[in-house]
Parts: sequence; C-alpha cells; structure tokens
Amino acid sequence: MTTSAPVTAATATTAPTRTSRAHGRTGFQRVQMRGVSRRYGRTPALMDLDLELARGEFVALLGPSGCGKSTALACLAGLQPLSGGSIWRDEERIDTLRPERRGFGMVFQNYALFPHLTVRRNVEFGLAMRRVPRPVRRERAMEALELVQLRDHAEKLPAQLSGGQQQRVAIARALAIDPELILMDEPLSNLDAALRVEMRTEIKRLYQERDLTVLYVTHDQEEALSLATRLVVLRAGRLEQTGTPEQVYTQPASAYVASFMGYRNLFPARVAGAADAGRAVVTTADLMLEGTVQTPAVLPSGAEVTVAMRPEDLAVTADGSGLRALAEVVEYHGRELSVRVRTEQGVVLHVRTDRPVRAGETLGLAIAPERVLVYPGAGEQREAGRERDE
Amino acid sequence: MSAMSEAQAGRPRPPLRHRLAERGVDGTLVLLLPAVVVVAGLFVYPFVYGVSISFEPEHGGPFANYTDFFSDPYLSGSILKTLALALPVSVASIVIAAPIAFQARRDFRGRRAITLVLMLPLTFGSILIAQGMQRFFAPFGWANLALEALGLPQGSFLYNYTGTFIATLLTTLPFSFLLMMGFFGGIDRTLENAAATLGASRAARFWRVVLPLAMPGILTAFMLALVESFAVFPSAILVGQPDNATHVLTLPIYQAASQRSDYTAAAAIAIIMTVIELAILGIMVLVRGRLYRGPAGGGKG
Repeated sequence: MTTSAPVTAATATTAPTRTSRAHGRTGFQRVQMRGVSRRYGRTPALMDLDLELARGEFVALLGPSGCGKSTALACLAGLQPLSGGSIWRDEERIDTLRPERRGFGMVFQNYALFPHLTVRRNVEFGLAMRRVPRPVRRERAMEALELVQLRDHAEKLPAQLSGGQQQRVAIARALAIDPELILMDEPLSNLDAALRVEMRTEIKRLYQERDLTVLYVTHDQEEALSLATRLVVLRAGRLEQTGTPEQVYTQPASAYVASFMGYRNLFPARVAGAADAGRAVVTTADLMLEGTVQTPAVLPSGAEVTVAMRPEDLAVTADGSGLRALAEVVEYHGRELSVRVRTEQGVVLHVRTDRPVRAGETLGLAIAPERVLVYPGAGEQREAGRERDE
Repeated sequence: MSAMSEAQAGRPRPPLRHRLAERGVDGTLVLLLPAVVVVAGLFVYPFVYGVSISFEPEHGGPFANYTDFFSDPYLSGSILKTLALALPVSVASIVIAAPIAFQARRDFRGRRAITLVLMLPLTFGSILIAQGMQRFFAPFGWANLALEALGLPQGSFLYNYTGTFIATLLTTLPFSFLLMMGFFGGIDRTLENAAATLGASRAARFWRVVLPLAMPGILTAFMLALVESFAVFPSAILVGQPDNATHVLTLPIYQAASQRSDYTAAAAIAIIMTVIELAILGIMVLVRGRLYRGPAGGGKG
C-alpha cells in the first residue's frame, strides 16, 4: 500500500500512549455469530449465518444491496432482534443484551450525528453515558477529535461541517468509548469519489494505529480489498465465501463472487472437452477457450458452465495473433484504456490494455488458461448479474 | 477608457421585464393580489378601526373603556379564568397528543385508524362537539353509566369548568397532533440507534436526543393550542358555566357588542385579550429561540 510509510511513522510517534490504553481495554478474543437468521415478516434477510471475528481483525462484509450485510451488522449491534441463532462474545451469550450494554462502537452510513450537539459534545456522548467525569470526558473527546484532525472544529454544530468531516466526527465518536469492536455500515458511500479514497486511508490508519477490531459493511470491492484483513462475501443472506482479500480476489469461489471481484467478462458456456487435469475447453457461440475448472467435480463434456475473466487478464497481442476481435468502444482511463471488443464469433468482451487501440481496429487477444475461471452451472452468471443491478 | 464607455453606451439596456425579473418581480406576483386584498380588508382595517374606537368610549375620557374593565373585578377576573382554562388545556393537549404523534412516526397496525380518529374533531364545529357532550356526559349519559358500571362515583361533567375543559381539549387535540406528527417525522431514527450503541438507555435516548429535537415542535403545537383555547366561546356557554367558572374573555366582548351595543367597550376588551395572548406567545417564541432549531437529521439521508 502507498500509505504504509506515513502510517508507520505516525504509529511510532504515538504508540506509547495508544498501546497502553489498547492493552488496558478489556477485550474479547472472538465474537461469533452462530446460525444467525433474521426475517422481516416472511422475507428472510439472513439465513443461518456463521461468522467469527477474532480480536484485531478487519473483516469486510461484502455483497450487493439486499444480501443481508447491513442486517448482520444491526443484529450484532443489537439494533435488530434475531429470528434464530445466537451471538457469542467469547463464552458469553450476548444476543439478548440490549444495544447499550454491548459496548460496540458503530459508524452509520448517514453519520447519525446528534444535530443539536456540538462536535465535541457528540464525541463526549458515549463517555457521558458511562458517567465519565466531565474534565476526563472533555480531554478524551479532544483526543479522539485530534485523531481525525478535527480539533479546531470542536465547538461547531454538525451541520456546519462538510460530509467528510461529519463522517470523521462519527468515527471519533465511536472511537472515544474505546470499543472492543467497531461496526461500520457503509461509512463512505455518501462521500464523493476523491474523499472516499482519502477516508479509506484514514480508516486504515486508525485501524493500524489503535489496534482496533473492525467489521465493515460495504458493496464496494475496492474498499473491501484495500481495507480488510479478511473478506466475507454474502449472497441472499448466506455466506458465499470467506478468505483473505488475495484469496477472494484471485480465487473467487463462485461466479457470483467473481462478479464482485472485477471479473467483468462473465458468460455462460459449455464444456467442449477436458484438457489436462483441472482444465477444460469451453465454448460459447463457436468461441473456444481453455480454462481452469473451479470445482473438484469432474465436468462432463457438454455440461453448462459459467466463464469468468478479468479485463486486465486479457492481453492485446503485439503481432495480432490469438483471438481476433474488433474494438468497438474505447474509454481512456489515464494509464490504461478500457476497450469493449466483439470477437469474430460475436462474443462481447471487456479488455484493459496500455497499448494504443482505436475504435474500429481489429485486435489479437490472448489469455492464460489459469486466468479463465470455469464454474459449473449456467444460471450463476445471470443471477449474479441481476442481483448486482439491484 | 473612452472605447470602453463607448462600448457600454452602445450595448442596449436589457428590457424592463428582464431587469424586474432579476429583482423577483414578474407576472406571478399578481397571484398575491387576492391575499393582499383579503388581509387588508378583513384584518388590517378592522384591527386598526378596533384599536381606534376603543379609545373613543361612549362616556368618559379616552381610557374609560380600559379603566372600566380593570376596575370591575367580575370583568377583569375573566383574564384569570381564561388563563386557568387555556393553559391547562394546552398542556393536556400536548401531553396527550405528543406520545401518539411520536408513535405515529413508525408504521404500526391501526396507525391510519388512530390518525383518522384523532383528526375527526377537526371536521366538527365546536357546537357539534358541545351538543354531543351534552348527551354523552348527561347525568344518565354513557359516561356516567360507564362509571357506575365500574363502581366509580359519578361525575358532573357539564355546565361547569370540566365541561368547557373537555370540549376545548377536543378541539385543540387534532391540531396539536397534526403539527407534532409533522415535526417528529423529521427526527431521524438512526439517531436513537446511534445513541443506543454509545450506551444510552431508553430513558437517556429520550431525554438527551429525542426530546431536545422534538421541543421546537412541542412548543409550536403548544402555542397553537393556546391561541385556539384562548378564543373559546361556544363551549364556554353550551357546556360551561358562563356567568362564573367559565366566564372567559370572549364573553364580556360578546355581551358588550351584542347585548349592550357598546362596540367601543368590546373593542377595548378584545385588545386586552390580544395583548395578553401576544405577551404569552412572545415569551414562548423567546424560549423557542434559545433551543436548537436546525434539521433533525443525522447527516445525509
């Protein structure tokens, strides 16, 4: 990460006080959701979800809207009752505890700052609830505001701040109570693109500096990949895949997960024949590709599959060899071009390349078989695509 | 320089319509005309006229109407009687309507039915309500039969303070409810969730978050209820005790104007009533001005 250098520098200067408090924090070793389900009337939002968070982890809950990720967070925070299952903090069952007794900090999508209180009193709120004496309260609020660089705005009302500043106040407010777990519900989705990237770095810095445990809900794969130490992908209220960002990014467990991880070329195909072990030749509209089968099961010839390829894994060959395709739409992205091509067989593909390509040109494309992911079942792609559009 | 001023002089002045439109003057202003006529003709003129005739009494000096009012304890006592009715009615109206308005933010079964029932009195006049009360609270009406069935002592709800209190409450309740429902609807529910995750108990959430944000709405509703109940008239006569306990300020006005044809005295009492009302409202507005009155959302919605 580009941010690692300044972050370590900051950690070095502030480490003594921070770590001493972090160590003093009565923390859990793990928080577990066991078989948690939640229904709204008859509609299930979460089904039998098992999720474990170890101390010090930064877990991103990833999925499209309606996949149950925010519901999972609300259940953990105690803002919504469970329809089934249990939540455990080490050996203590906490799903019947009221939210105010759980001690988890929460950052909301819409900031949820108290509009009638100044920035400082917003940050002091949690401490006031814990009956911390006023001078201590004030000192710790200012310390938390210092962390998010808003010390100078302490006496303003939230409405006088910009969106990014408001969200930083919300983060400071959650940090001020020194929670053992911080829950973040799409905290950056209301900010504009540039601010989002900046705040992302900020959140990561706070995580590293303050020895936090974070559960972070998002629908943005980039956010999830850049922040999390572990990714949890949800689909229709169930767990679809969990793993390190790298695992999920390079080896998505299903076409659904692949659709989140930037595998923009997703299409149904059929197995034309097996090549080596784990490899298969697939075909769609006369286009033949060699790919890697992502399931231990043996796929017979003719089986329906879904093919997933990332635009950046498709290379434009220098000599025009390989798959012949016509460049239809070329978008400039600074260092690269994003090109929509149509192969001779009529299949539309998305390619990213740093070669100069002009619309109307015929290109040669090549891709390594290990970067062509083949998933069993043809319905996967369509379903994933539809859910993503919601 | 000279070339520039020449160019300026050469540029045609924008047409008058454009210049007016820039100052917000355009054809739509004509739509204000009916309102201006109505306000001027039906409010400003009579009010000014009323003020001026109140200082031209039928007997005595210019302040005779006012000195007459304050030197007669029966007349001036109506100020306290009005306050003794209007203030408790307004408080009761808020205390009853606020929790319902607060609950009505959420969608629950029967919400529409409750809203409808609470708003129905709006469609009745106060005379209709008073007539209904005369039957309902009669010595052998439903209210007393119900009390008897429950083994409770029977009450006398009519032709006294209680009767007017109930009738006035019924007329102010829908206004208070409607007004507060609008105000409370703007209080973001995630604020309470945020407070809960910060360790605030249900009571703390109410006192620290909900009430401060609801206060402007509550005060506004209170002021409206006060104005409404200050002007109580039919129910003070029909279900009250107009010559004694419910001898409110509107009664001497009516008696002076319609029974003695002394319009100057009526105008004087009406002005006394207006001044008292404005004084109370002024205090309330000052109080409200000290409260937080910004948006009640937690950030971006």
